Amino acid sequence: MVKINGKELNVAGKTIAEYLATTNYDPKRIAVERNGDIVFKSEYDEILLQDGDSIEVVSFVGGG
Amino acid sequence: MVKLIPTKEEWYRALSERHGKKTQKSFESATVAICGLGGLGSNIAFALARAGVGKLILIDFDSIDITNLHRQQYKANQIGTSKTDALKENLLEIAPYVTIETHSVRISENNAEALLEKADIICEAFDDAESKAMLVNIVTERMPEKYLVAASGMAGMGSANTIQTRRISRRFYLCGDGTSDVSEAGSLVASRVMLCAAHQAHTVLRIIAEQYET
Repeated sequence: MVKINGKELNVAGKTIAEYLATTNYDPKRIAVERNGDIVFKSEYDEILLQDGDSIEVVSFVGGG
Repeated sequence: MVKLIPTKEEWYRALSERHGKKTQKSFESATVAICGLGGLGSNIAFALARAGVGKLILIDFDSIDITNLHRQQYKANQIGTSKTDALKENLLEIAPYVTIETHSVRISENNAEALLEKADIICEAFDDAESKAMLVNIVTERMPEKYLVAASGMAGMGSANTIQTRRISRRFYLCGDGTSDVSEAGSLVASRVMLCAAHQAHTVLRIIAEQYET
């Protein structure tokens, strides 16, 4: 299982890009943290999610 | 009647009395870049200049509009002036010995590294969600040695207590409630935007003082 924004999800084996494609996140408004580091955007379709990974998708909203 | 301002020595002696000598020295030797000089950035700049941070790099391409004045640190007679020029003027009135560098440009993937090279800590203070994400991804990827303090979610009239600071990765902090989008909330209120700006400014000062969030 992979923990994503606090929820345990059965998505091990998918790339980050494949996981994101199943969600409503706008790819232009996010940063992805994986096990304590921000993932480079160029690696979204390379990095495979693994059992035990902890992911946070930070989705930015407007206003400032 | 001419009113004299304090000398530099008097100024820093007063700051040292408030902050402690060691902390004040570290504030003075820090360089902080503020990306976006609106409701977040202008208020962050005021807090950091008052605290005696040595150098501020102020970046914004925009000029002041009447719709900015309800939450941003500008004056009615500055409408139409570039935000960089106006904020520099306003900051030097309250903190005459801060060093200020200004860049009246739009930050992009192409110029970000050159603009932010000299900063120890970078504040993301844009209003547009895509710009926020762009800067966060650029800084964390290309400038991993720098600290980054960003903001997301401070629109509307929600509780002040939902604005928080979280450490997302080792050098990336995020302030705000995370969800209040201006396009949904429909409003930006000075007090709530200032709360978020205060979280960012305080996080910057804590990083300089080597007091990190757990």
